Amino acid sequence: MSFLDTFFNAAVMARYAPDILRGLLVTIRLAALVVVTGLGTGLALALLRSLGIRPLNWAIVFVVDAFRALPPLIIIVLIYFGLPGAGWAPSPFVSTWVSLALVLMAFAEEIFWAGLTAIPAGQWEAARSTGLGFGQTLAHVVLPQALRLTIPPLTNRTIAITKGTALGSVVALSEILGAASSAVSNSYNPSPLTLGTAAYLVLFIPVVAFGRWVETRFAWKR
Amino acid sequence: MIETFLNLDILRAAWPVLLHGLGITLLLSAMTIPLGLGAGLGLALLSTVRTRWVRWPLIAYVDLFRAFPPLVLLILLYAGLPFAGIEMGGFGCVAVGFFLNTGAYYGEVLRAGIESVPAGHSEAARATGLSRLQTLIWVVLPQAIRNVAPDLLSNTLEVVKLTSLASVVAIPELLFQSRQAQALTYNPTPLVAASVIYFVVLWPLVRLLSRLEHRAIAGRR
Repeated sequence: MSFLDTFFNAAVMARYAPDILRGLLVTIRLAALVVVTGLGTGLALALLRSLGIRPLNWAIVFVVDAFRALPPLIIIVLIYFGLPGAGWAPSPFVSTWVSLALVLMAFAEEIFWAGLTAIPAGQWEAARSTGLGFGQTLAHVVLPQALRLTIPPLTNRTIAITKGTALGSVVALSEILGAASSAVSNSYNPSPLTLGTAAYLVLFIPVVAFGRWVETRFAWKR
Repeated sequence: MIETFLNLDILRAAWPVLLHGLGITLLLSAMTIPLGLGAGLGLALLSTVRTRWVRWPLIAYVDLFRAFPPLVLLILLYAGLPFAGIEMGGFGCVAVGFFLNTGAYYGEVLRAGIESVPAGHSEAARATGLSRLQTLIWVVLPQAIRNVAPDLLSNTLEVVKLTSLASVVAIPELLFQSRQAQALTYNPTPLVAASVIYFVVLWPLVRLLSRLEHRAIAGRR
């Protein structure tokens, strides 16, 4: 068999394209959920931390450190294979979603927090002395400046974690890689993997290019 | 609950296996980090060449491997290439896959570092009679590396975590060993123990990083 017949076999590709496409939709849905929930909870934790309640802050720092230190794959495996022992058996989709969202939450909290603390105290004081409340100061003065600082590191981190959706295949989630892998074993031909790779690249190359653009667009001018 | 997640008997039985796994994890890291740094340095140095014919393929290469989820790359090498008659084995696939992946990331970090050193420094160095290579080694690189030290370290942490993917191609590192032990005992204690080991090993690095990064973001304004 020639190289083309092996890796670009049109018949095999046509047969498994619907599976890969379904996998692509799972990947997109999962990635969107991870990004929204991960960034949302990360920002919420950073805001909670700005209240300055000591024991709460220790707890936040510990959780954040833990999810930065643990490889995402072991979190997925722990949730999927471990939690049933506690009486809750999350689906592959939920396990992957929760794990990646926790990881993104940890990284996002750290970045948001660094952004928040980068705003000089004078800004707080000035805003408060004009009569704005704590929430108003945060929403109208501090956050707009802090978020701008955090955009480049946050974008890159979010992209890196979103690529982790492929890890779901380890717990039998039929996202792109999972669908492609089972198609390879069913057809005994690697063409579905070629198709899956193409799907990832089509999905992520624009995202990476966007990240590159964001980095230059929001770069701090010295 | 404690019987399930922290079963001491099972922990005792699984401990040697887990330690062996940790050894392999550290070994994989010790192999991947220098490989990736070397590749990254090469890429970063190439990117200082101003010619379009070098720059564009380089950007394409780096973006390609930043867009490629490392697990997909690994599976492609492990399950795809044998169809082309290329069998590298689990270890070979891990070495090649991680080399391509981490090289691109280190390359991007080091490129940013080199670009952060003002051109005047290398011009001044050249004017004092240092050669190109000497300028690079004694003037540009030391400053470049210091400027991006947090990113280099953060990338290195990611590489250590990345080695857990090797479990998918049956390399007996920490995650693989803990999954084996869990499957054998029908008990999640080994998984919990492996998580704790990862945490204990990597926590100091995370702490250090969070300080450095904090300073980096605060210093940008």
